[in-house]
Amino acid sequence: MDGSLGAIAMQPDLKNTIKPSNRVVILGALSAMATAAARIYAAEGAALVLVARNEARLAALAADLRARGAVEVETAALDLEAEAPQARLHLADWAKRLGSVDHIHLVYGYLGDQAKASIDPTELTRITVSNFASAVHWCEAAANILRAQRHGALVAVSSVAGDRGRQSNYAYGAAKGGIALFVQGIAHSLAGTGARAVAVKPGFVDTPMTDGLKKGGPMWASADQLGRALRRAADAGGPIQYAPGKWRMVMAIIRSVPAFVFHKTKL
Amino acid sequence: MASWGRVIRANHFVARPRFGDELDGFLNGLSADRPGLAVGLRRSYGDTNLNPDGRIIDMTSLDRVIAFDRETGVMRAEAGLSLSQALQILVPAGWFLPTTPGTRFVTLGGAVANDVHGKNHHAAGTFGASVRRLKLLRTDGGAQEIGPGNALFHATVGGLGLTGVIAWVEFQAVRVPSSSLDAEDTAFARVEDYFDIAAERKHSFEHTMAWVDCSVGGAKLGRGILSAANWYAYGDVAPHRELPSKTVPLDAPGFTLNTMTVRAFNSVRHELKSMRSGPYRSHYEPFLYPLDGIANWNRLYGPKGFYQYQCVLPPATARDGVAELLKAIATSGQGSPLAVLKDFGPREAVGMLSFPMEGTTLALDFRNRGESTLRLMADLDRIVAAASGRLYPAKDGRIPPEMFQAGFPKWQDFRAYVDPGLSSAFWRRVSG
Repeated sequence: MDGSLGAIAMQPDLKNTIKPSNRVVILGALSAMATAAARIYAAEGAALVLVARNEARLAALAADLRARGAVEVETAALDLEAEAPQARLHLADWAKRLGSVDHIHLVYGYLGDQAKASIDPTELTRITVSNFASAVHWCEAAANILRAQRHGALVAVSSVAGDRGRQSNYAYGAAKGGIALFVQGIAHSLAGTGARAVAVKPGFVDTPMTDGLKKGGPMWASADQLGRALRRAADAGGPIQYAPGKWRMVMAIIRSVPAFVFHKTKL
Repeated sequence: MASWGRVIRANHFVARPRFGDELDGFLNGLSADRPGLAVGLRRSYGDTNLNPDGRIIDMTSLDRVIAFDRETGVMRAEAGLSLSQALQILVPAGWFLPTTPGTRFVTLGGAVANDVHGKNHHAAGTFGASVRRLKLLRTDGGAQEIGPGNALFHATVGGLGLTGVIAWVEFQAVRVPSSSLDAEDTAFARVEDYFDIAAERKHSFEHTMAWVDCSVGGAKLGRGILSAANWYAYGDVAPHRELPSKTVPLDAPGFTLNTMTVRAFNSVRHELKSMRSGPYRSHYEPFLYPLDGIANWNRLYGPKGFYQYQCVLPPATARDGVAELLKAIATSGQGSPLAVLKDFGPREAVGMLSFPMEGTTLALDFRNRGESTLRLMADLDRIVAAASGRLYPAKDGRIPPEMFQAGFPKWQDFRAYVDPGLSSAFWRRVSG
């Protein structure tokens, strides 16, 4: 994987004459919910930098977003976990290419397998690095940009799994819970500056990440719904947002169940 | 997994690729012994999109636009792009789909595989007529880019997904001056009158279709409304709202659409529509997609699902044949709340298995009541066959092979282009 940027495919004259609605960086742009959010930005006339590993897939998504109205789309094929220590340099580079940056979305993550992680240190490392240890670098680098420019938003995808440790996925849950706390702290530090930070906690989402699970029913949301939630979170709402919102109540109940009851379940 | 009619439900092994580069891997696993089928938004009613206990490739996540030229109106997109999403891009740029079925929740691949038609068939032909090129992946030999003039292309248009997996489609959109239509409704008291009004309206209107009340017989047999419309010349171009405003969250109980409610529903619609006098202006969404505002409307028919019956009769037999069909339906008391009449134009079909041919098409829903519904449809089959008509595979889930083979005389030519690694419940049934 090289860290180079994809070519700007928009005609240069158009790029210079049309002012984008927002300048947006999406980390993990190839996930289903990131794509859904990117399409909303595209229809609004935003300029975007798409970051993920696979260059050819990024190019296909970039073409789609251009057709849907994005005034400028750039791609950066890199490994977000490996490059996390260089987050500050990369973000500065992308902000420069866009002129500046208004919204930074962190969407990448790795669900993993708890049973495997319990016996395989590599899996445990991958879960915690992908969802937390690498993500904090991107969040901190984003926060520094936002703090300095005094406007814009960081939106990071956490999970309802981060609200209570459960036997079925506590490695993932702890990492996702950790990133929510981290972003909540950033939001606190940005208070009064005009810039914002939000951790979005999705419930069950019908995406390839969850294809191993049985789906359907009222608790499952579509990737499009989550895309709308991410887009909205960049403009409004508190530092911890459940998506859909009903999960706030559901998780309040789940957190309040005493251990002697909870331990009788297999959740 | 079920089709839109929800009569047949079966287990499938479903793969859901999100990127085009994943398709090859799925195709490699398919063979004549273990055939698969690519499906889209599954709006086909019967069994053309089912492959019970077999493999299904759900194409709906392959929905990226590859290129759209705002100057020429040529769009190339992955086969899973819905017409609804295509319109979100086309309309603000002053373009529209060349033709569209009565739902926008159809993928480009599905529109090609069923060579869909719309209210403007007499003016525009089928969707296949606008396709310039497509990419087809075969389980028995790589990828091909094909277009009009190539025999495999003409097998693929209307080919029910059996000639290969359609990876992308390139089509020519049409310019529209606005996103609104100038429409007018004309009531007719008898089905004979429909033919006269339709014959006259098709010269002055791009879009025409008629709604017919099948629940009453006798003197009122075949009363209805013909709607006709042209694009409004001066309005702005605003796409539809993407999300449905209403939804049917659960199956309606079986009694919801009984004879009484169907009849009452039809009568009210008839009264309301007759009272609307003169022309009116409508955004394209309610005029072209009247049912898309209600998500999962198919659940209104209850847990047993429903059949749709759509036939086309050639001009020579259409008048008598349609009257006879309506009479048989009225007598049965199984009248559907939605029956549609439409005249197809004389354009030659693009696909070997394209459904539209010059003549009149009639489409109806029947709630599934088991044997009595199947008997009624078998009676209708006899009328259609005697009138040299044929049935629409996308709507069908039960016709015998003879009926299909008589209706589509090119089916033997088509057979040579079928990918051995692809099959459907429909194809196994009618090609035997």
